[in-house]
Amino acid sequence: MKSPSLARSSFLKAVAAIVQKDLAAEYRSRELLSSMMVFALLVIFIFNYALNLEPSVRAKVTAGVLWVTFVFAGTIGLNRSMAVEKDRGCLDGLLLAPVDRTAIFFGKVISTLIFMLLVEVIMLPFYGLFYNVNLFNPGLLLVMLLGSIGYVVVGTLLSSMAVQTRTRDILLPIILFPIIIPILLSALDASNGFLNNLEFDLIQPALGLLVALDVIFTAVSFMVFDYVVEE
Amino acid sequence: MQTKPKALLALDVVSLILLAISTYLALVFAPTEAIMGDVQRVFYFHVATAWVGMLGFVAAGVAGIVYLRTQNLKWDIIEIAAVEISLVFFFITIVLGSIWARPVWNTWWTWDPRLTTAAITELIYIAYFMLRQGIEDPDRRARFGAVYTLIGAVSVPITFMAIRLFRTIHPVVIGTQSAAAQGGFAMTGDMKVAFFFALFAFTVIFIDLFWNRIRMGNLAAKVEQLRLKISQ
Amino acid sequence: MIEVRKLVKRFGLKTILRGLDFDVQPGEFVALLGPNGAGKTTFLRILSSLSRPSLGEVKIAGYALPSQAAAVRARLGVVSHMPLLYADLTAEENLRFYARLYGLQNQEPRITEVLQMVGLDNRRRDLVRTFSRGMQQRLAIGRAVLHDPDVMLFDEPYTGLDQDASTMLDEVLKSVASQGRTVVMTSHDLARSEDLATRFDVLSRGVITASTSREGLGSSNVLAFYKQALNT
Repeated sequence: MKSPSLARSSFLKAVAAIVQKDLAAEYRSRELLSSMMVFALLVIFIFNYALNLEPSVRAKVTAGVLWVTFVFAGTIGLNRSMAVEKDRGCLDGLLLAPVDRTAIFFGKVISTLIFMLLVEVIMLPFYGLFYNVNLFNPGLLLVMLLGSIGYVVVGTLLSSMAVQTRTRDILLPIILFPIIIPILLSALDASNGFLNNLEFDLIQPALGLLVALDVIFTAVSFMVFDYVVEE
Repeated sequence: MQTKPKALLALDVVSLILLAISTYLALVFAPTEAIMGDVQRVFYFHVATAWVGMLGFVAAGVAGIVYLRTQNLKWDIIEIAAVEISLVFFFITIVLGSIWARPVWNTWWTWDPRLTTAAITELIYIAYFMLRQGIEDPDRRARFGAVYTLIGAVSVPITFMAIRLFRTIHPVVIGTQSAAAQGGFAMTGDMKVAFFFALFAFTVIFIDLFWNRIRMGNLAAKVEQLRLKISQ
Repeated sequence: MIEVRKLVKRFGLKTILRGLDFDVQPGEFVALLGPNGAGKTTFLRILSSLSRPSLGEVKIAGYALPSQAAAVRARLGVVSHMPLLYADLTAEENLRFYARLYGLQNQEPRITEVLQMVGLDNRRRDLVRTFSRGMQQRLAIGRAVLHDPDVMLFDEPYTGLDQDASTMLDEVLKSVASQGRTVVMTSHDLARSEDLATRFDVLSRGVITASTSREGLGSSNVLAFYKQALNT
């Protein structure tokens, strides 16, 4: 019998191994980050013309533009991150190893989250540069972190289902977007609050809900991930 | 087994009668609402169909959890039955809501939390069927379906809450006038009769449809089994 | 080493394996033969803990599946027709990753040893993306023996390999098998399995229909045995 502490350390080791593997592969190919990044830039450009982002409009829609950009770019990242595991049977390789299935889940969540946050943090100064505004606001960064956690947790669960279907990458946004609406709503509300320098009391409900959603979705995904990968 | 059970047949008849009575109560018996006029009569079925949609939604979530625990495909059949009924009834709810909204609020659609949540639930159901369609292996299809209904069951109530909480950022069609102008009204005694009877009638109709649909699912599974037997 | 009793596997209503019994002694090399769709891949997926039995018992190295799957996985090496390797990592990075997942001590010497065994030591710093199919398959075998498993499963390891690559794979498989490991291999290529295996089993319609040792084969060859097994 393994002692609990040993089991926990092998759990963490497996998570770390998966994260490092993903980072090393991405460092080589840079496929995922570059496509997410270019896509995000394109979305911002399209919004610029679609919404005519002059200063008066911008104050109201900046949070919306940012989050739509993150969500769209995130879908690419989620799809790609799981496709890498599925294409050469690597998912089976992971499942054959004597590691907890949820360690695989958290490994994939953490690496995708790192990619998504990188894209977000790089997009902010771009947006700031285009419109001559400073978006480096600790509150906004916090919301981006919390919102991305929830998004990536649900997204990783659903993309590991989507890669096992015939329709694969087309399916992910369709099954993902209706589920993440509460995350998006609270992230938008909190982002708007911080961008418009509202008092913290007014932002707190959205922030609280966001934290609660992260916890709830992480717990649920933790419970059901086995059913998604095991036959 | 092949012939329809007597109890189910009886329930079919009862459902039809209840639907007829409920229609009479809503369209004739209940008094015309003073401000909104006859269109308010849509309200009785609007709420009743929403109620059925909700029953189906909850039933699907429960069936999903039980399926994951037991891995018995019987629960998958129950889950699909619940999702299909809920899908249809939420759709009717939304259509009836639009019919009501048009003369009262002068718009087909309002971003009201309940209406929006019903619409998002519809999208989740459509996604549910698209997810299932892409999977050949019946066990995996059932497992993924159950996981997705479970995630949906977690997300939808919070969506409703979130829309309520942050509704200030949504366009407010009706402004902040009195409740009456927003379509609120006080129910008289006869209206209450029509309202609660509609709820009761549609609950029975839900059970009847649910039962019929589950039976149909079981028969379809049986047909599939016989077909396999022949082909081997 | 492997004990299978009355194994049944269903996909939904379809039954793939129908009460299969299968025993392998330590050190045996079993070639599992059978027509397409007989359930060979399904059977190997169950042995490799990737798929759960619907009914019946499966024990590997004394541990039951699926209840003691983690213990089985630590003692099992699997090679399928997919390489299970990451194209954007080098050969040694792939092995290092799996070594960490298996919690190996002294990783680096073991990785070098395995790379030498499969003849890829000189390509250890090259991306797997640049490898030929045969090299990938040899690395896949290296990946599978990394944690020195007692039992190895090969599912159609020769798929997509040319003559030279197949011959090299033969050498690697022989050296893997010669270290006292228990091996089960499925293959279309009867001639190749004849060179390697010590026992031949035929899986047809979801059960083992015939089994013979190399000695029992006598003067006839595997092809004759296989044809006879399918005709009876």
